Amino acid sequence: MDFKLDKSHLLQQQLFRNFAETEIKPLAKEMDEAEKYDLDLLAKMQKYGFFGIPYSKEYGGCGADTLAYTLCMEEVSKVDASTGITISVHTSLCCSCINNFGTEEQKQRFLRPLIDGSKIGCFGLTETNAGSDVQGAQTVAVKDGDDWILNGSKIFTTNSGFADTCVVFALTDRTVPAAKGLTAFIVDLKEMPGITVSENIERMGIRAASNCIVTYENVRVPADRVLGPIGKGFKIAMGALDCGRIGIAAQAVGIAQGALNEAIKYGKERKQFGKPINSFQNTQFKMAEMQTKIDAARLMTWRAALAEDNHEVFGPLAAMAKLMASDVANEVTRFAVQAMGGYGYCREYPVERMMRDAKITEIYEGTSEVMKMVISGSMKLK
Amino acid sequence: MKIVVCIKQVPDTAEVRLDPKTGTLIRDGVPSIINHDDKAGLEAALQLREKFGGTVTVVCMGPPQADVALREALAMGADDAYLLSAREFGGSDTYATATIIATALKKIGFDLVITGRQAIDGDTAQVGPQIAEQLKVPQVSYAEQLEVEGDSVIVKRQYEDQAHMLKVKMPCLVTALSELTEPRYMHVGGIVDAYNKDITVWGFDDLKDDLNPDWIGLKGSPTNVFQSFGKQPKAAGTVMAGLSADEAVAAIMEKLIERHII
Repeated sequence: MDFKLDKSHLLQQQLFRNFAETEIKPLAKEMDEAEKYDLDLLAKMQKYGFFGIPYSKEYGGCGADTLAYTLCMEEVSKVDASTGITISVHTSLCCSCINNFGTEEQKQRFLRPLIDGSKIGCFGLTETNAGSDVQGAQTVAVKDGDDWILNGSKIFTTNSGFADTCVVFALTDRTVPAAKGLTAFIVDLKEMPGITVSENIERMGIRAASNCIVTYENVRVPADRVLGPIGKGFKIAMGALDCGRIGIAAQAVGIAQGALNEAIKYGKERKQFGKPINSFQNTQFKMAEMQTKIDAARLMTWRAALAEDNHEVFGPLAAMAKLMASDVANEVTRFAVQAMGGYGYCREYPVERMMRDAKITEIYEGTSEVMKMVISGSMKLK
Repeated sequence: MKIVVCIKQVPDTAEVRLDPKTGTLIRDGVPSIINHDDKAGLEAALQLREKFGGTVTVVCMGPPQADVALREALAMGADDAYLLSAREFGGSDTYATATIIATALKKIGFDLVITGRQAIDGDTAQVGPQIAEQLKVPQVSYAEQLEVEGDSVIVKRQYEDQAHMLKVKMPCLVTALSELTEPRYMHVGGIVDAYNKDITVWGFDDLKDDLNPDWIGLKGSPTNVFQSFGKQPKAAGTVMAGLSADEAVAAIMEKLIERHII
């Protein structure tokens, strides 16, 4: 057992860290205020392979692994959580579905441009009445000749404002529960008639990320865009969310470490009662406590990533990592704001944004309560 | 076109400190990076390859840990890499270093050699020009622009208050300034490839046919470092315009007296 990153991962970490500090950090505040992601920055990350990290070179990916992907997620999220979710939804949710369930032809046609940096992907599962409980899904696909006709609406589709490709889930059999009646389709948001993408939904945090309602009205989807077997959509979606939770855990670790780093930097300079606040033992002990929790969350995240890389069962490990890391992210960002006092609360400093961004990690890609369902479900309690 | 770029792994001076007592660098815990000028030279080489085809080879002399600098260069897009590393090479000054690198370059072959102007840890700016002298090829130092035209390179050479445009026939050597161009980042997939590639490691035995052991290492080094010190920032000069010759002389005299120089 080895808790150290190998040389290749260390160099990847160095790349992600340098890129985040140099390219992303200077834009983070501005993008948050404008509630708009900088598309030039997006293109730059695509160029350097950030959107195809754990995928095979055979299809144009980087040929790296899930661990490398978590390093990327942590480093970018240290300075901007919106960048984290943009990469994560594309990589873990959209691409993993096509990679794991696509035919060879679908991988060449749809996965290749997504992971070689030409296109951006998104994932349409959540509906207004189907969040934690997928049973409420109402989007349907009806067979028409060889094609399928899609009708319905998906909410909170991250990346949809600028994405090209969407893996969307619709009921193809309404006589059975959604878990057995959902089918996955690959649609082209920019080119297929009948698809409308709303304005960005106004949110508390990760405001630079694109997150819209996507409406499907009589969208004709050819049979070669059905992903995986008919009626297996629920299984495909749950598999993708298992992958996604590793990314979100890493994002939460990044938010926490980013906020703690800011608080440490501030505490070295800020003087109260005649000395820097970092020289007070209360501050030191709190910092120590926060760093310990972040390290624990990071190790759990790496454990889940390594399990996925080794093709072991990783769903419950990913759920534990996300449950832990999202809790830590919220605690640490609250601490960072508190440690920096009035200045921490001001928008001039990044920790208030980090505190707003941290909250979503307890909600999306399965709430903390759903994580507990997944974890307890694996514990043979009954 | 075969371009060979010489790089040095140096401590990141943004984080390095001098020991106030001994005047030596405190290297503990300081991250190592590719020297800035060398990295700009590598970027220029990659751009030339993209325009004109050919290959980019990187060469680094240093301890085994310098391997990571070569991996970084490969991840940026270099085709192959050589590490010159041996106990016999230790303690080499700029002359001995240039001797070793020139010997390796003869063996590798090249049309164009690019080195950085100088390394941020030694600041001599001697190794590049000395390599050119030992290879007996023309050299242009302080390149801030670099183009290829046929079998020649066209270099804009920086001077304090002017620049020279020079056309030099290859094979030749150019020393690059970091202003030459902004280096690209590594590609994530490039890092994966970089660690799947073999780096050729050459020790003394690999070069000995062409390398006199008396000219390398500590004993082959004509110079010794007897003291290191940080750079003293040079104050901006004063410009006095619109004076007659007599007034100018008087003004200069006044300044010299004011500073107790005369």
